Amino acid sequence: MKLLKCIVRPNALERVKEGLSSLGVVGMTVSEVKGFGRQKGHREVYRGAEYNIDFTPKLKIEVVVADDVADKAIDAVKEAANTGNIGDGKIFVLSVDEVVRIRTGETGESAV
Amino acid sequence: MFEPYAVGKSPTDRGRRRGGDTRWWQGGVSLALAVVFLSPGAAFADQLNSGDTAWMLTSTALVLFMTIPGLALFYGGLVRAKNVLSVLMQCFALTGVITIVWILWGYSLAFDSTGMVAGEINLNSFVGGLGKAMLAGVGIDALTGTIPETVFVTFQLTFAIITPALIAGAFAERMKFSAMLLFMVIWSTVVYAPICHMAWGGPGSFFGDLGVLDFAGGTVVHINAGIAALVTAILIGKRKGYPERPIPPHSLVLTVVGAAMLWVGWFGFNAGSALAADGVAGMAMLVTQIATATAAVTWMLVEWMKHGKPSVLGIVTGAVAGLVAITPASGSVGPMGAIALGAASGVFCFWGATMLKQKLGYDDSLDAFGVHGIGGIVGAMLTGVFVAKSMGGQGLADGMTMGSQIWTQFVGVAFTVIYCGVLSFIILKIVDALIGLRVTEEDEDRGLDISLHNEQGYYSEV
Repeated sequence: MKLLKCIVRPNALERVKEGLSSLGVVGMTVSEVKGFGRQKGHREVYRGAEYNIDFTPKLKIEVVVADDVADKAIDAVKEAANTGNIGDGKIFVLSVDEVVRIRTGETGESAV
Repeated sequence: MFEPYAVGKSPTDRGRRRGGDTRWWQGGVSLALAVVFLSPGAAFADQLNSGDTAWMLTSTALVLFMTIPGLALFYGGLVRAKNVLSVLMQCFALTGVITIVWILWGYSLAFDSTGMVAGEINLNSFVGGLGKAMLAGVGIDALTGTIPETVFVTFQLTFAIITPALIAGAFAERMKFSAMLLFMVIWSTVVYAPICHMAWGGPGSFFGDLGVLDFAGGTVVHINAGIAALVTAILIGKRKGYPERPIPPHSLVLTVVGAAMLWVGWFGFNAGSALAADGVAGMAMLVTQIATATAAVTWMLVEWMKHGKPSVLGIVTGAVAGLVAITPASGSVGPMGAIALGAASGVFCFWGATMLKQKLGYDDSLDAFGVHGIGGIVGAMLTGVFVAKSMGGQGLADGMTMGSQIWTQFVGVAFTVIYCGVLSFIILKIVDALIGLRVTEEDEDRGLDISLHNEQGYYSEV
């Protein structure tokens, strides 16, 4: 099993969700996060005081998929979140040792 | 009609009579007025005007609403989330504490007219006696002009509350709550009450006899608060990290809501200062709206040109600047004067809050000086210009020229600046020696909500 940590633009959420759902992905976790990479921050001005805000709002979508779905899922996120501009985000892929469904105690891929 | 008694901030407000509609004191009513002034509430129960009283009850509620929740939200939104409660607490606690101070001795120091002689300068030109301490003699039948003195006491109390609350903008996010309370109790007693007395104490009062025009509190409220704010900001020092690290407002939504409440409440502040439901109140309301709108638009445009975008914080700050500037002028100027005054305050306060502050390097956190100090001075000085009939105003007093009126305004402003500046400095030094002005660095980092109040404004489950 793989854990995909996708950092994407906030407005990409719906497209990413649809792309993953079409592959049969049935669950995901979304958090509002801030960070920076190559995309520069933005400027804010309050009563003449100018601030360069380095941390840009992004969404972090975490989703666990079976090994044989992982490549397709990565492609789906890539396609959904790509605008071609700096700041589209990143996908981190991690191996997952075990998954447990708390209600039933199921483990492994059937618990995903 | 009872109109002759409905004059100005107090029934004895010479400034208003000089600058306002001269019919009050022409035609031989001045002697009758003088008699009323010397024996307030004694034998004039039949002079009560229910229309005036109804409006003043309403105005009083409006002005209290300016502080809680108006100013509290305006300021609360401008600080970081970890300090939002500390600001709301300052406004709320001041509302409570200043009420007690006002009832016990503040009102008396401001409005006891014992010992005052028109045209003569003596101690009682500067401060009232203690004859009305604990509201002695203020019963159901006591009158001030055409309204119950109870209403007058409460109306004036709401001004005494908002003035120290305005100062809180200067030391937000770093002052000890206990030091703030002690400072404000002393300041309210030795700075606010005397300046209030000098401006509105009636014949024999210092500003009143000079002919300083201050209809609703340019010197008393705004310059007073603005100068105290500047002194406090300098003495208490900058917030940690200022100006290197960003300290942006945590919720401009709260700030906009608060500013809108201030705008609405200000109709009570200015039109209420007529102490009557009459034409002067009507004009005060109109010019208040005009100056505020003009200042808001002016600030927006200036910022748009200078920083490339019109900002929400800019337009609401401009509105407050306009409200401040029209305050002393609201009984004296006409609609066109209000436009000029609003535009001037928008430009000058923009300069004060964005450029002067950065140049001089003090940390007036929420621009109490930049808006109230600068706006108050602009308003007080320009009142001397736009009161003139030729400038669309209600007309200069007999014997006054525009030049002499401007000079008189300057004397009032300068006296307030020096008196308030020196006294504020001394009080702060005393409070600093007694309990210290500032929280520890650690408490400042944690935020005053947790460190001073054991609470959070926005509680999270985790």
